[in-house]
Amino acid sequence: MSASDLFAILPLLILGGTPVVVMVMIAIRRSHALSAALTLIGLAAAFASLWVVVPVTPRQVTALLIVDHYALFYMGLVIAATFVVTLLSYGYFKRQEGDPEEVYVLLLIAALGSAVLVASSHFVSFFLGLEILSVSLYALNAYVHTRRIPVEAGIKYLVLAASSAAFLLFGMALIYAELGTMDFLHIREAIGAAAGASHVVLLVGTAFVITGFGFKLALVPFHLWTPDIYEGAPAPVTAFVATVSKGAMFALLLRYFYWSGTREFAPIFLVFTVIAIASMIAGNLLAMMQNNVKRILAYSSIAHMGYVMVAFLAGGEVAVQAVTFYLVAYFITTLGAFGVISVLSGSEGDADSLEDYRGLFWRRPALAGVFTAMLLSLAGIPLTAGFVAKFYVISAGASTARWLLIFVLIVTSVFGLYYYLRVLVTMYAGLAHEHGAPELPAPAAAGTPKLSLTGGIALAALTILLVWIGVYPASLLHWIHAATSGIV
Amino acid sequence: MTGGLVLREHRRSLPASGQAPSAATGLMILVALIVILLAAGVLAWFVSRWSATAARWVSLVAVSVDFALSLALWAGYGSAMSLAPGGAWLDQVNRVWVPQLGIHFHLALDGLSLLLITLTFFLGIISVLASWREIQEGVGFFHFNLMWILAGITGVFLAVDLFLFYFAWELMLVPMYFLIAIWGHERRVYAAVKFFIFTQLSGLLMLISILALYFIHHRQTGVYTFEYDSLLGTHMAPHTALLIMLGFFVAFAVKLPMFPFHPWLPDAHTEAPTAGSIILAGLLLKTGAYGLLRFVLPLFPGAAHRFAPVAMALAVIGIIYGALLAFGQTDLKRLVAYTSVSHLGFVLLGIFVGNSWALDGALMGMIAHGISTGALFMIVGQVQERTHTREMDRLSGLWATIPRLSGSAMFFALGSMGLPGLGDFVGEFLVLIGTYEAHLIGLTIIAVLGVLASTFYALRFVQKAFHGPNVNNWSVNDLRPREVVQLIPMVAILIWLGVYPQPVFNKFNEVLSKIQPTALQQSLHETLSSIAMPPSGGVGCCASTSTPAPPPKKAPPAIRVAGQVEAAKLIYGPAPEYPVAARKARIQGTVRLEAVVAKNGTMQNLRVLGGPPLLIRPALEVVKTWRYQQTLLNGVPVKVVTEIDVNFTLAR
Repeated sequence: MSASDLFAILPLLILGGTPVVVMVMIAIRRSHALSAALTLIGLAAAFASLWVVVPVTPRQVTALLIVDHYALFYMGLVIAATFVVTLLSYGYFKRQEGDPEEVYVLLLIAALGSAVLVASSHFVSFFLGLEILSVSLYALNAYVHTRRIPVEAGIKYLVLAASSAAFLLFGMALIYAELGTMDFLHIREAIGAAAGASHVVLLVGTAFVITGFGFKLALVPFHLWTPDIYEGAPAPVTAFVATVSKGAMFALLLRYFYWSGTREFAPIFLVFTVIAIASMIAGNLLAMMQNNVKRILAYSSIAHMGYVMVAFLAGGEVAVQAVTFYLVAYFITTLGAFGVISVLSGSEGDADSLEDYRGLFWRRPALAGVFTAMLLSLAGIPLTAGFVAKFYVISAGASTARWLLIFVLIVTSVFGLYYYLRVLVTMYAGLAHEHGAPELPAPAAAGTPKLSLTGGIALAALTILLVWIGVYPASLLHWIHAATSGIV
Repeated sequence: MTGGLVLREHRRSLPASGQAPSAATGLMILVALIVILLAAGVLAWFVSRWSATAARWVSLVAVSVDFALSLALWAGYGSAMSLAPGGAWLDQVNRVWVPQLGIHFHLALDGLSLLLITLTFFLGIISVLASWREIQEGVGFFHFNLMWILAGITGVFLAVDLFLFYFAWELMLVPMYFLIAIWGHERRVYAAVKFFIFTQLSGLLMLISILALYFIHHRQTGVYTFEYDSLLGTHMAPHTALLIMLGFFVAFAVKLPMFPFHPWLPDAHTEAPTAGSIILAGLLLKTGAYGLLRFVLPLFPGAAHRFAPVAMALAVIGIIYGALLAFGQTDLKRLVAYTSVSHLGFVLLGIFVGNSWALDGALMGMIAHGISTGALFMIVGQVQERTHTREMDRLSGLWATIPRLSGSAMFFALGSMGLPGLGDFVGEFLVLIGTYEAHLIGLTIIAVLGVLASTFYALRFVQKAFHGPNVNNWSVNDLRPREVVQLIPMVAILIWLGVYPQPVFNKFNEVLSKIQPTALQQSLHETLSSIAMPPSGGVGCCASTSTPAPPPKKAPPAIRVAGQVEAAKLIYGPAPEYPVAARKARIQGTVRLEAVVAKNGTMQNLRVLGGPPLLIRPALEVVKTWRYQQTLLNGVPVKVVTEIDVNFTLAR
């Protein structure tokens, strides 16, 4: 490994070094503010290093990692999202019992795992990145160990993630047994060389790999963990699971299936189609029956991953751009939504019951406004990033005439509208009204915590970004075009 | 058999480019119209922290400024409009928005949009005034929503980039949703959610259609664009065109609302606060009609023509159904809401009958309905504010205590039932004449029954609520000066439209010639004799028969015209419309069609043999309407297979 190889993975090195520094710092002196600040500095440095690395890209670093524009773009997304989660965590964990400092170590390690995932071009780095990510998530999910449900969530996640990782590993082994390679591009060559063969083992192996992907992305039928983990995990951690972990996995999914060429196999394509449709339908229908905001968002995230799959299935360069755009919009929106939940949550539990939000607009107009923007973005209403993203996904589907998928997307997203509106209605209810019976604000109203500075900054920035991308997507599209050109 | 018909392509000589004349002023005004409203919304919300009255004044001033601007546009383009028979926009702003996807921020104004934005701002003023006392809580946020709805509607009427149009189309829903869900009556949440879901689902279907059109256009031309003018010339297989048209149609039919898609309307109108009802009935419904006129007919003339019987049947069902249900209501607001279904049925009928009578009627109906129904909702709101009920049975005998309010209620109820001398009458009458003219006697008769039914509900409305003994001993205040000021212009406009509609029709005609190719053909037909030969070039159409005759086709017996047979003679053959896109691209050429002239002289089995894609559609559309004299073979009428060349030439 040469010096220039090391230079190319500079962002990964910074991401790997920062948790060590923070850990040592904690050993010397326990200070919440200091740990958070160090984490933010490390993340900012890693983010800045992406630009430093650009001139040497694309570069294959050992057989495992590829540093190209695509990887850098997604690393930027992962790092930025982790930055926001850190800001949210600072306010949130300050209000929890126990020592909050190690959260940042775990977050940084999880971010490192995600960054490795988006840069992998080989099964080994794929699995390494996945495990680095998963193991930190086990601990993060259960971090607030004084309450029962976070611990329960952590254990659930541990059991299910470990078994899905086993499936994934078995799938990789089968593919290796059939083709004799674990490098994504070599897999394509090996398949091409063996044209005409039946590839049964390869298909079975790919099916197991899809299981691994499906679990992390919470696609139906691998979604069962989602509502419980979302509900149980501390709100900032949920935000991390919902965005960074899924986004990195999707980036890898795109790279793997485009590079290896297995996406075009008819059975695989069919499986993905079924998964996408099932996710959209199940996610949206189940979300309609929930009364817990975190569970609503959990099921809605299942549906959203289904939408992204529509773009993935559309194929072609437009599809990669649409997926990437959608993920960016989804990151902003989801971070914003869970951000609002985090800043409203006190020490006795997260603010996740629908009742916590009754009349919020009349008590905390700014927070309710941010949440409204996020919900409208999830519903795909104009002026928000979610609108352009949904438009882009539908347009990708239309470009290759995937009408069935588009129709399912549209019809189910209308169901989706119903539960987003339910949350909205609750937030705007309670105006003492001359026509109706006066609806009193919930008694919990008085107990909502004050908005922390970091949380406020994060939410304000996310909202501005949301509207900026919703109104003027050209600049982001420019970046995405540059980033995704090497994938197809 | 050349010649016969050569028309000068008369629009060419005009500044058809459209971009040149007034882009600079347009930049200011068209964008300003929207920005003023958006900014006023934010400002109103902001100042409401100190004073609710200030928020009301901010909104009032902003809408008034926009109204004044739109009147200035009327004055400024009054003469230009009569000069520019279609093809050119009066004014436009065109900026690249998302270059990667071919999206432009393109606002443009023509007579139709000018008419409708003027109505928008007029009713905007009315709705701000109508909420002056009704809304006492959350005043700032209320006016924020009100201003943003108006901005969204203005965007819908001005956008000519299909992405921008869809953007504005969706954007106006959210504040409307809030308006109903927060300040509405008892079942407001149910009504708001229903409204939102109906419109959102239909909007998404339209999005699919927009994208399908976008990709089809790209496949033909290699250009990704959402530009209305460019997409106009897109050629599609009839089946595809029908499917894509249906996507648009459903979105507009839900808004209109057309008969099976109307269930959201009674709830939304009834539960909304007064300003919301005025805007819903007066403006939101018009966006549906506008969409049909602006997009469905021009983009898919063939498909719209094929679909017309269904649309007209549903329109007539809507007329009767709305009237009957209105008659059955006891809630005043619900009654007025159902009358909208009936009135907009006339508008839909007029649009799809498609001759100039019916289209004039549809447009007049839109304007008059906006005013009269808006006024009725306002009156019901005023009644409710005073009596706290909308139930007819409890209201009997109001005339005794509030004569001025009751009198205005009767005036607008009479307008709504189509009393001659008021605007609604003119609209419905013209639609009926147009329908009759199009030989749709059955539909005309049923629609007339709808007019009859409207008499019943209008009279019942007045009689039950306002006449009769004052059994409940109502004693409330009559109209305040502010409310009188609101009503007077509405009364005046309705009378003006009813008594002297000609100036408005003059504006319509140019608008219509642009929207409706068939209307244009008619006017061309009427003026055929007076048009001189072109000085140089022009659109030439000629039917040429192919000789020598190939062997006759198998059954059905048809002949190819050859030597000893008298050639078919054209008796009605208007010239095609020159597509805007083709003209801009300076595409010329010949479209060769093969057709069978039936025994009665009508055209059958049109088949395209070749020609520039952009020109095929207009050629097909026009040749379809041609009529030949019977061809006699040994004295017996026969079918004739013939080839027709339609030449498109641009004047130098």
